Order: sequence, then C-alpha cells, then structure tokens
Amino acid sequence: MTEITRNVSGREIIAFRIGAQEFCVDIMSVREIRGWTPATALPQSPGFVRGVINLRGAVLPIVDLAARLGFPPAEPTARHVIIVAQIGTQVVGLLVDAVSDILTVTDDIVQPTPDVASEMAKTFVRGVLAVEGRMISLIALDNLLPAQEREAA
Amino acid sequence: MAMDAMAVIKQTFFQECEEQLAELEMGLLAIENGDHDQEIVNAVFRAVHSIKGGAGAFSLDDLVHFAHIFENTLDLMRSNRLQPTPEVVKTMLRAADVLADLVRAARDDGDFDDARTEALAQELAALGNGGVAVSAAQEKEEEVDLSQFRPRPIAFNFDEEPAAPAEPEKKTFSIRFKPKPDLYAKANEAALLLREIERLGVATITCDTSELPLLSELDPEGAYLAWTVELKTDADEATIREVFEFVEWDCDLEIKGDAASEAEELDVLALIRKVREAVEPEAASVSPEESVPAKAREPEDRGPVKSADILKIDQSKIDQSKADHAASGPQQTTSRVDRDRLDRLSELVGELVINQAMLAPRVTEAGLARGSDVTVGLDELEQLTRGIQDSVMAIRAQPVKSVFQRMPRLVREVAAMTGKSVRLFTEGENTEVDKTVIERLADPLTHMIRNAIDHGLEKPEKRLAAGKPEEGLVRLSAAHRSGRIVIEVADDGAGIDRTRVRASAVNKGLISADAQLSDDEIDNLIFLPGFSTAEKVSDISGRGVGMDVVKRSIQALGGRISITSKPGQGSVFTLSLPLTLAVLDGMVVTVAGQTLVVPLTAIVETLQPKGADVHGFGGGARVIAIRNMFTPLIDVGRELGYRNEAADPLTGVALLVESEGSMRSALLVDAIQGQRQVVIKSLEANYRHVHGIAAATILGDGRVALILDVDAVVANSRADMTAYLEPNLALAG
Repeated sequence: MTEITRNVSGREIIAFRIGAQEFCVDIMSVREIRGWTPATALPQSPGFVRGVINLRGAVLPIVDLAARLGFPPAEPTARHVIIVAQIGTQVVGLLVDAVSDILTVTDDIVQPTPDVASEMAKTFVRGVLAVEGRMISLIALDNLLPAQEREAA
Repeated sequence: MAMDAMAVIKQTFFQECEEQLAELEMGLLAIENGDHDQEIVNAVFRAVHSIKGGAGAFSLDDLVHFAHIFENTLDLMRSNRLQPTPEVVKTMLRAADVLADLVRAARDDGDFDDARTEALAQELAALGNGGVAVSAAQEKEEEVDLSQFRPRPIAFNFDEEPAAPAEPEKKTFSIRFKPKPDLYAKANEAALLLREIERLGVATITCDTSELPLLSELDPEGAYLAWTVELKTDADEATIREVFEFVEWDCDLEIKGDAASEAEELDVLALIRKVREAVEPEAASVSPEESVPAKAREPEDRGPVKSADILKIDQSKIDQSKADHAASGPQQTTSRVDRDRLDRLSELVGELVINQAMLAPRVTEAGLARGSDVTVGLDELEQLTRGIQDSVMAIRAQPVKSVFQRMPRLVREVAAMTGKSVRLFTEGENTEVDKTVIERLADPLTHMIRNAIDHGLEKPEKRLAAGKPEEGLVRLSAAHRSGRIVIEVADDGAGIDRTRVRASAVNKGLISADAQLSDDEIDNLIFLPGFSTAEKVSDISGRGVGMDVVKRSIQALGGRISITSKPGQGSVFTLSLPLTLAVLDGMVVTVAGQTLVVPLTAIVETLQPKGADVHGFGGGARVIAIRNMFTPLIDVGRELGYRNEAADPLTGVALLVESEGSMRSALLVDAIQGQRQVVIKSLEANYRHVHGIAAATILGDGRVALILDVDAVVANSRADMTAYLEPNLALAG
C-alpha cells in the first residue's frame, strides 16, 4: 500500500490462496471482499458455479475458483472469503480460501505462464509473478463465467 | 464538449417532438370526432409550429419544409377558412404520419419516403389553395343558414377570433405589454420583443414607469415596467401575438384592435358560424348530420345487427373521455427524470421492503414484547415503507396512452392495406401501469389490432350484406380491475368461424377429429402454436406470427389472454396484466430442500395427489387424473436436476398450472410455504439465463430464491416425454 506513491507506474494486486497455491487479481476489478454465506444452487449450471447470493439486493453468482481452475471443489467454511469482482458489465463473487496480500507490482515482473501448467490453468492464468520467493499466478477474469448461451425464452 | 451539449439539446428536441406529434394526432382525432373547439385547432397548430421552430434551429430542412406547408394549411383551418371536413382531417392525419416519419428520420439519420412526403405536401397545399372554397355541399348548407338568419344582438369577443385575410389596408393596434419577473428569469428580453413589434409597422412605444418603486425598495429581480405600443400595421393580430408566443405565460398582454375596421375584415363564414352558434347553441357545434361523423354515434341505431353486446359505446363515454382529456390538460407540471435513476430508486425501495420484512421476525426473536417501543416503531416503519413503495410505483406508472396513441396510425395503415373502412375507438387511455409493462405491450397490441382488422372485420360488401354499417369498429380499452390492468380489443366483425377453426385445427393435427370441444374451447384453439386460419398469407397478419406468440408474450408479462366471440357480432380479446413487473405474486414452495417461487398467475389450483390418481405413462413419465382428466405430472425437483429420482407424489403437493397453448400440467413440489409478493431480480444481470428459471428474488431471510419459469419447465418435460399426450386431453380440462 505504501508503495503507491513511490511507484506510479505499478499496479496493485490482491493475492489470495487456493489450497497451497497463490493467485492474484488486479485490485481495480475488485469491488469488495466479504465472508462466505451459503448460496442458492442454480439448476443446470456447471459445477464451479456454486449458486447465487444476495449482495445488498443484487443477485451475485458465486464461482468456486478452485473448481474452476481444476482443483477439487472447495468445501466452504465461515473462514472462506468471497472476492466480489467486476468482469465487464457483470459483478461476480469468487470463492477462495483466504486473501493473503495486497501488493504493488509493475508489468515487467509478470512472466509468461510456464508451459508445465495444466490446460485449465493456462486458460485462466495470464502470467506468473515472482514476489519474495513466492509464485503468484495472475488470473484473467474474462473467461471465468460460463459463456453466455441464450436459450430461446 | 460543445458538441455534447448540442447533442443533449437535440435529444430534448426530439423528445418534445414526440410529445408534440402525440398532441397533434390527438387533436386531429378529436376534430375528426366532431370536436371543433377552437382550442383544439390551436393546439394542433401549435404542435406543428413548435416542431417547425425546433427543426429550423437544427437546420433540418426537409422537416422545416414539410412542417411549413402543414402549418399553412392548419392556419387556414385555424382562421376558419378551411373547414375540417372528414376528407380534410384524413389528409391531415396522413400528413401527421409523414411528419412523424420525418422527425424520426431526422433523429435516427434515417431515410424517409420522399415521394410520399412530396405527394402529401402537394395535397396539403391543394387544400390550402382550395382555401375558402369549401365543398359544394357545405356551401349550400351555409346558404340555407343565411336564409334563416335573423339578426339578434350578440356579444362578440374579437380578441379571441383570429383575424382573417390580411387586407393591404393598415390597422391600428394598441398593445399593452407588462412583463412578469419570470419573463426576465427565463432570459427573455423585453427590448427584443418590442424591436420585433417595431418591424411589423409604425410603432409608437411608451414606457410606463408608474409602478417603479424607490431604489431602496426595488427588488433587483422584480419587474416593474410596462409598455404601451400604438402600432400601425398591415399584419393581423395573430402575427402580433406570435411575437409574444414564447413569453405568453410570463407577461400581461393586451392587444386591442381598431374595432370598427377589424369587424369589416372578419371572415364572413366565420361570422356566420359565430352567429349560428349563438342562435342555435346545441345545433351549431354538434350538428349530427355533418360535424359528428356517423361512426361516433351509438351502434344500436345503425341497422338491424345488434352489436351492442360486444361493443358498448355510448355518447356518455365519449363525453367522459373528452372530459378526461380536458382534465388532464396542459396545466400539469412534469419533470423529466433519467430512467436509470428511477430504476435505481425502485430497486432501493424493493430492498427497503425486504429489509424491513427481515427485521420484524428478528425483533420477535429477540423476545421483545408486542407493544414495546421497538415493535410500535417497527409498525410505523412498515407503514412508511409501504407508503414509499406505493409512491415509487406511482412514479413509474404511466398512462397507457403512449401505446394507445400509436394505434390510430396502425389502424389507418392496415385499413388502407385491406381495403376496409375502420374506425378505432379508444377508452381508458389514462389508465396507469408500470412503464416496463407499457413498453412490452406495444407489440402484442399491434398484432391484436392488425388481427382484429384483417381477420375480425369483414369486407365492406359483406358488412353491408349483413346489414351492418360499412365502417367496421375496433375498440381498444383499458381499465383497472382488482389490482390488475385489463385491456380489451374488440371488433364488430363476423366473430370466430368455429367450423373453420375446428377444421383447421384438425387438419394441422392440433386436435383429433372426434374431440369434444365447447365453443369457448374452439375459440381458444387460435392460441395454439402453429395455428393460423388465414386462407392466404397476407402482408398484415400472416407473417408467421400467430396468436400463440401474442399469448406467450402476454404470459411472459405475467398476464393472461382470453377471447369471447359471438357469431355475426364480433370478438373481444381480453388481456389481464399485472400493474408492475418489478413485483410478482408468487407461491413459495420447497423442492428438494430448495425454496422456489411459482408465479401465482400460472397456478390454477393446488391439490394433494392420491395414490389411485397417479399413473405411470412409460419412459418414467407420470400422469395424474384430475376430475377424470389425465394431466402430465412433472416433478419439479427432477426437472431442475435437484434430484435424480422422482419424488413420491403422495408426500408432495401438486400445483395445477396452465402454460402456453392452454396446456395444463401438474407440477409436483414437496411442500407449500405460503403466498407472498416478491421483488423480481434479474439473473441475467450478473450471470446468464438459466433454463427453467424466470428470475430470482430475495426472501425475508435474506437468501436468494429462484422464480420458476413454468412454461419452460412444462415444455422441457414434454420434450422429454416419450409418449405424446394429445393437447385436447389437456385442453378439455
């Protein structure tokens, strides 16, 4: 946080944990962070969509980021966290284990996704950052939600 | 930035154009109905004049050109030099349509029909050239009246009578002009107005400073000066008034003409009209033979066919609607509000209602006694919340007028295309309903009116042969009935040809040849998908869009549609719609541990299935016998994928629902929690459409509940079903 003034060209990211791995998203797309509340299941939705919750009157879909990235689905507890993120015109909740850090980084420390990563991870990981010996994967939010399929009403 | 500001102004101009166009059409229709009130003629003239003025400012030349010709013709009517005969008014109505097209073309940078515009411009000009030369019949009428003319003293108010053909000879006007503070506040300038007056002729302007207070008492934003102008001019009073047109309300204006010279110049016809009005107050303004078109009279006295049952229109209602119109006059002040803000407000109020509902049980849980300060305060809060909710609903409510206003033009066009003569009668235009409902009402209504003219009304020859007046009648009405809006589209045509409808349905395999159907059920066959009785596909209603589409779009709005028809007398389509789309009456049910809301409009009844009534139907499908009718039994939990095994029907509750095509099905749920109003939330906003789910809502406990899309669930299960159930089986229920 304190580095903002020092490093104008950098951007801030929010880092979070899923299992033992660390991921991050651009802070500009994060609206708020809140605790887990049980979601209402949605029929005919992919497994990584946990359902919808009430965010002050808006219906917010919850994406289980673990399941989305190909890990075993999360078993949410009260300690789990929902990162409310803006994706295009939509607002989506991302279920993660915990928020670990807020960092200021510059674009040049973002490295391309290593070739070893699974197909699933490659779809959603834009690059990796090396921060203090940790590896943090930068998530591209665009493809997280299932593609809009318009069923004839 | 400058461009942006211009764009905003332009947008406002087009918004106002729409209002002016509506005003114009309404006025012309009133004139067509025989209302020759000078105020209406003036309003019509003003509408065209304002459009022309605005268009000039934006250099919309085509628009200005046409509006100018239109205005000239209207001016003749305003000064009684052109009689509003049915032909004249019809031409003007078509001109109004062209004007609307031009406005829209200018707004959307689109094209317009050049030839049509030019043709109408010429027609209008021709009307103008005809000028005083009114039709022969009318001239004769005037002569007759002259012969009966008896002098009688009458008070004339020359100020109100628009001055007539300008003679080259100069007249003297005495103008007293006293601005009010508002005039200056609106950035008008008295000096500029006076300069404008000076241009009209030789003016002697004197300033009246008698009201000017001492400097110490002077309100810097007040208005103390008045001017008297002696104007010698060859312009008429209307021209002088035009100078003050935009400050009319913000000043005291008195214009006195030289009475003697003006009287001589008065249009003789206008004079005669005035005299007639005074001598025969009843007959003059409403002389049924000429001015009130025959159609406006009661249908009863028009021949042997009694269309009274279907189309009850009496003069009192026409008068009423006129009175309504007058009551909702231009005095109302309105403010434009951005719709996003309005949506946000109603959303917030929805939240407030939910929050407040959540609070009540918590207070009880906290063990506070009833009658304690907290519960009393909570009751008051509830009342206030309801008050706010009602007010917001009222803000969002709009009269259905905006949709009804589009229909006269449609009727004119469809009538022209089908070669039928049609009169549209509307009532209840001021019935209010949420704007979201209004927006989605236009398409189904358009289709129904087209249908009424194309299929409902007979060809003129047939009508005459049946002893009906040649002109067909279509009535469009709206009214509030038990918390819903009911809209009717009625025609006095031949009614539904049941033999043909039945034969057609059998042909298309929609019903079996030996199905036993009541008249009502046959009438309702027209709502079945794939049904269309038109012998040949016409340009108007045969575009593959049938009444089933109308029915579906009405149901999508949480509404219902039905038809009643009497052979030889006509048909009535009745729509019943909720007043708002933001709130829905729902039945809250439990399915596989999930809470769901089923729209109440879809539910016909609820029942407890008995073992003997439920039968397997192959392929895992089941039917339930309800009063001896086999109805598909659909397990909602399984249909939505909440469970894999069908639930035991005997422990659940069946909701008998009616979905598209009047199909009945029974939805099996685990339990009913209750009935309540819910605020509708979109799933698509942040996610996407989910098949089988119409929307979401937030219940009192703060959790999201899904609203079931009954049509989709039923359609889905039907597609799944291996065995095909004959629709008539369901229909007959």
